Amino acid sequence: MLKLFSVKDKQKQQEAQNPGGLKPGKMSAGELRIQKDMAELNLPPNITISFPDGKDKYMHFFIVIRPDEGIYRGGKFTFEFTIPTGYPHDAPKVLCTTKVYHPNIDLEGKICLNILREDWKPVLSISSVVYGLQFLFLDPNPDDPLNKEAAQMFVDNPRQFEQYVQRAIQVGTYINNVHFPACMA
Amino acid sequence: MDDAERWRDLDLLLTRAGRLVGPGFEPGPELREFLQSPDCRVLCVGAGGLGCEILKDLALSGVVHIDVIDMDTIDVSNLNRQFLFRMKDVGQPKATVAAERINARVPGVKVTPVFGRIEDQPADWYRSFSLIILGLDSLEARRYMNSVVCGFLEYDDEGQPDQSTIKPMVDGGTEGFKGHARVILPGFTPCFECTLWLFPPQTKFPLCTLAETPRSPAHCIEYAHLILWGQVRPGEEFDTDNEEHMKWVYERAAERAKQYGIQGVTFQLTQGVVKNIIPAIASTNAIISAQCVLEALKTLTCFSTGLDNYMMYVGSSGLYSLTTKYDKDPACPVCSPGVPLDVDPDATLQQFIDQLLADPSLGKHLSAPSVSYGSTNLYAHGIFEADTRPNLSRRMGDLVADDGAVLTVNDKRLRGPMRVKVRYGSAMRA
Repeated sequence: MLKLFSVKDKQKQQEAQNPGGLKPGKMSAGELRIQKDMAELNLPPNITISFPDGKDKYMHFFIVIRPDEGIYRGGKFTFEFTIPTGYPHDAPKVLCTTKVYHPNIDLEGKICLNILREDWKPVLSISSVVYGLQFLFLDPNPDDPLNKEAAQMFVDNPRQFEQYVQRAIQVGTYINNVHFPACMA
Repeated sequence: MDDAERWRDLDLLLTRAGRLVGPGFEPGPELREFLQSPDCRVLCVGAGGLGCEILKDLALSGVVHIDVIDMDTIDVSNLNRQFLFRMKDVGQPKATVAAERINARVPGVKVTPVFGRIEDQPADWYRSFSLIILGLDSLEARRYMNSVVCGFLEYDDEGQPDQSTIKPMVDGGTEGFKGHARVILPGFTPCFECTLWLFPPQTKFPLCTLAETPRSPAHCIEYAHLILWGQVRPGEEFDTDNEEHMKWVYERAAERAKQYGIQGVTFQLTQGVVKNIIPAIASTNAIISAQCVLEALKTLTCFSTGLDNYMMYVGSSGLYSLTTKYDKDPACPVCSPGVPLDVDPDATLQQFIDQLLADPSLGKHLSAPSVSYGSTNLYAHGIFEADTRPNLSRRMGDLVADDGAVLTVNDKRLRGPMRVKVRYGSAMRA
């Protein structure tokens, strides 16, 4: 072990030589981890990312998913990511800012995706979340609904569900008195 | 009471040798003189349940120059255990009142309060303390303090921590009947980031369960809090300290519980679930704080070997405690040394990356490294590849001006970031 306070004088010298605060550009541990996530994030052509606060401000960004197959093909869906300071201990906060008729996304944009809440683990990354979101469009899960009406129709009348979704994407429409504006890619 | 009488017990520890003393312990009156001199300043972060105990223990243990920082004001619900506060203090800053009480009660002690956020204090202020004790209740605040003390740490050319840059930190934490105390000597013992996994994840319920299949009172409360609030009061920020907001959530939760035939939604439970409150136990705070202050005294004077390096305490069934020596994470992004690497400042970034890949010890951990300097990506794979590609042909000396700068290298083969300390000097001489 060490004896810290015999070095008192040396410490004072050091302070004189090395004044000032934390080193410039010093990042929080959460930011360091996000930087790693970003270096490992390879997005397919139908998914894009943008940083509203600048490309070195990683803690807030938008992901746009344009499904090229499935019920939601042709649409353009934006997700707002806010990375809490507790990342990766705490999960990223994700909100769908495009209004969408989907069994697992409610009208406020809340998303029922297990890895965003109860199954989040620090080993998961932004990449895992993006793929999870993409999967929601390819394979909605009506057994665990957040929008119950949508889930019901998805089960009872899949063809009508698909027609509604496509009409909403292409021209915008009302479904059960709720307006879904067009969101064509 | 004269000085010798007053500090008799402390002097017994500081003026006598013994079998349990720490290495390098030199008994004598100088130790107490140091402890009570302006050279020895201790910072207590937090003036809540743990903070009140820590301040009292420090003052009664002979430490004279104490600072305390806390951003909170006193709430009536604090009074059962935060014993420095009285009913008339409700609404006053915790740090200020705590300092006043200690100063009034313990002759000679000089407690200086700071009512404010830890993030707002300059690094030099933190650097001026001999030792920092944390009495906090959040992981975020601990991580912040950890980054501050680890930010002071420097390694020498052999990769050994420079002892003069070590800022010792003692951390206490309690949750109901459980608690921990740990000693962090950055560079020697694991920092928070090394052992982040020690902190349990918060219980979170699936949103769809809340929306469709509530089974417990907590489900009903979280439904009202997380889903109903946004639907009924869109755009309005939920404030956990606003009684009307809390009452609203409680009433909606009670309605939902009735609808689903669930028993047990109370206002108190609503507060507990929404604020994630675990009841604080005064005796747990007292035990953990005593351990923390004892460890602080040991670190400051070496009168005994210190805790190595983590003690947990469980008081719910008898008295159980266990000391564990956790290991440092050699790849810790916060406290690990940067691997020194001699770099030619005239080399391009591409040549530097090739040098990393060819390095006998580093190369085997790398396949396609991304390199960044602070928050700036020099070259990154993934989404920033096209943006950063032009840097590959730029000169290292232009991209990274500082000799000794620590770069962060990320690679899919690495579990965490690798820190590389760039040395231009010897390459230039060669």
